[in-house]
Amino acid sequence: MNQSEVAKQEYALLVEQASPGSKVAGNCLRAFLVGGGICVVGQIFKNALLALGMANDDASLVTACILVVIAVLLTSVGLYSKIGKFAGAGAIVPITGFANAITAPAIEYKKEGLVLGVGAKMFVIAGPVIVYGAMASVLVGLFHFFMR
Amino acid sequence: MSILWAFIIGGLICVAGQLLIDLTKLTPARILVLFVVAGCLLSGIGWYQRLVDFAGAGALVPLPGFGHVLAEGVKKAVNERGLIGVITGGFTAMAGGVTAAIVFGYLAALLSKPSGETP
Amino acid sequence: MKKYIGRQTVKFANPPSVLAAASVVGPKEGEGPLCDFFDVVSPDVLFGMESWEMAESEMVRRTAALAVQKAGLHMEDIRYMLAGDLLSHNSGSNFGMRSFGRPFFGLYGACSAMGKGLGLGAMLVDGGYAEYVLASASSHFCGAEKTFRFPLELGTQRPPTAGWTVTGCGTVVLAAQGNGPYITAATTGVIVDMGITDANNMGAAMAPAAVDVLINHFKDLNVGPSHYDAIITGDLGFIGRDLLLALMDDAGYDLHKNLGDCGMLIYDRAGQDVHAGGSGCGCSAAVFAGYLLDRMKKREINRLLFVPTGALHSVATVQQGETMPAIAHAVVIENK
Repeated sequence: MNQSEVAKQEYALLVEQASPGSKVAGNCLRAFLVGGGICVVGQIFKNALLALGMANDDASLVTACILVVIAVLLTSVGLYSKIGKFAGAGAIVPITGFANAITAPAIEYKKEGLVLGVGAKMFVIAGPVIVYGAMASVLVGLFHFFMR
Repeated sequence: MSILWAFIIGGLICVAGQLLIDLTKLTPARILVLFVVAGCLLSGIGWYQRLVDFAGAGALVPLPGFGHVLAEGVKKAVNERGLIGVITGGFTAMAGGVTAAIVFGYLAALLSKPSGETP
Repeated sequence: MKKYIGRQTVKFANPPSVLAAASVVGPKEGEGPLCDFFDVVSPDVLFGMESWEMAESEMVRRTAALAVQKAGLHMEDIRYMLAGDLLSHNSGSNFGMRSFGRPFFGLYGACSAMGKGLGLGAMLVDGGYAEYVLASASSHFCGAEKTFRFPLELGTQRPPTAGWTVTGCGTVVLAAQGNGPYITAATTGVIVDMGITDANNMGAAMAPAAVDVLINHFKDLNVGPSHYDAIITGDLGFIGRDLLLALMDDAGYDLHKNLGDCGMLIYDRAGQDVHAGGSGCGCSAAVFAGYLLDRMKKREINRLLFVPTGALHSVATVQQGETMPAIAHAVVIENK
């Protein structure tokens, strides 16, 4: 097999032609419907909490927690992976996707023990979100400190 | 009305994520990171709050909303405690959501086992 | 006496006979078009065990025991066991074979393991180092996902180029004497890397390796594709198969008539949502041990070129942005 750079480039073209792309339009529609739907559920809970007299910030936090609990339950009964398969980013991008990303490895690695299995692997996917969220918040904090 | 805009804006943010997955081959973990950082920075310059005012949960439930919460938290902490707030604000703001996910995720791991039901 | 020929092929002086074969698969494979050819379809992906890792080992153990039983032998008769899988450090095979107390070689060739086991096993037998050798290869969908991709419960979509790891194990017993079919030649592949970095498109990474071993096999033995009733690759899947045909056309070999692929045979593409097709060590192993050998016994295929293919990346190398090397081994199995 000729493995020269030219041959590799030619092969890359051949592979691109032979490999079907994702069906973007359908994927986007399903992401829109499910992702939007999850936000609607959130808005309904938040409206209800506000109607009960809760402060706006608290209502947002409690809403997020309710969505997290729902996502954890759906993950543990094996339904969230099916929703994710159907909806793609519609299930990944909402806060429910974050909860799923924590719960799925926690369940998967239970056999490796409660410390190095559940405890450590819980963050294999969601950990970077916390790391980069913290980094970005420090940037914003510094910016705010000097610019306010 | 709040529900309609939550649906449309929340859905559109997810579509942006889907386009990134399908067209750039970015993995889901990278998209989560990108969205949280983007939300935090946009909030830092004051733009994301406008989207939240407009779309409510449609802007708060997707992960940029998580970044927005971090930015709001750090700004509040800086106002109250100065430079110390820079290092406490973000984690304080995310404490609720992250702790809920950890606690319930942990309980779920204790109570369930891998089903092997392949998606 | 010299038994090697050309660049990388061996031609056996006393071709070892495939004495018996056994295949054990999981429930999804049991719903596929080849279900009637497998010895055991387990309704339980955990095979009665507590973890995916031990489930795969239990599957390996059961398949090996069944193959030896079908050969009419005792485990003590097996001189060497050769086995490979996809888990870290080959643990599926290591744990599966640990109770047998027979000399053991673990093989890692990713999904090419069955080709490697058959070739090396035949060398051991023809070389006079063993009367009976057992060769096994296995994979488990859940264990492979956990090792190479994401936790099962994570809500993600698989790209259309991704394969579906077969839960299955195939084991054969090779013997110095027997009624065939016989392993008459084997071409060991070289590592080929055509610069593919997408771990979700393994067919594209592996097709060039299959092309390379096929061309060298044809040259070494001075035969062409039409010499064989069937040329069956391991787990190229639909995309890799198309790429292989295109590359072989370019090289002047026409494989359109007799090329098949285990990854395309094992599932019903339309009904089972497996995207590019089946993959994993167990894919080619179970299809060979269950389906292909059955067709040889019925003399529907008399001269088979079996070419398991493997992608030799690891999670670390993919994350580091390295390209994916691949390998394929060609084994000739003939009826007398």
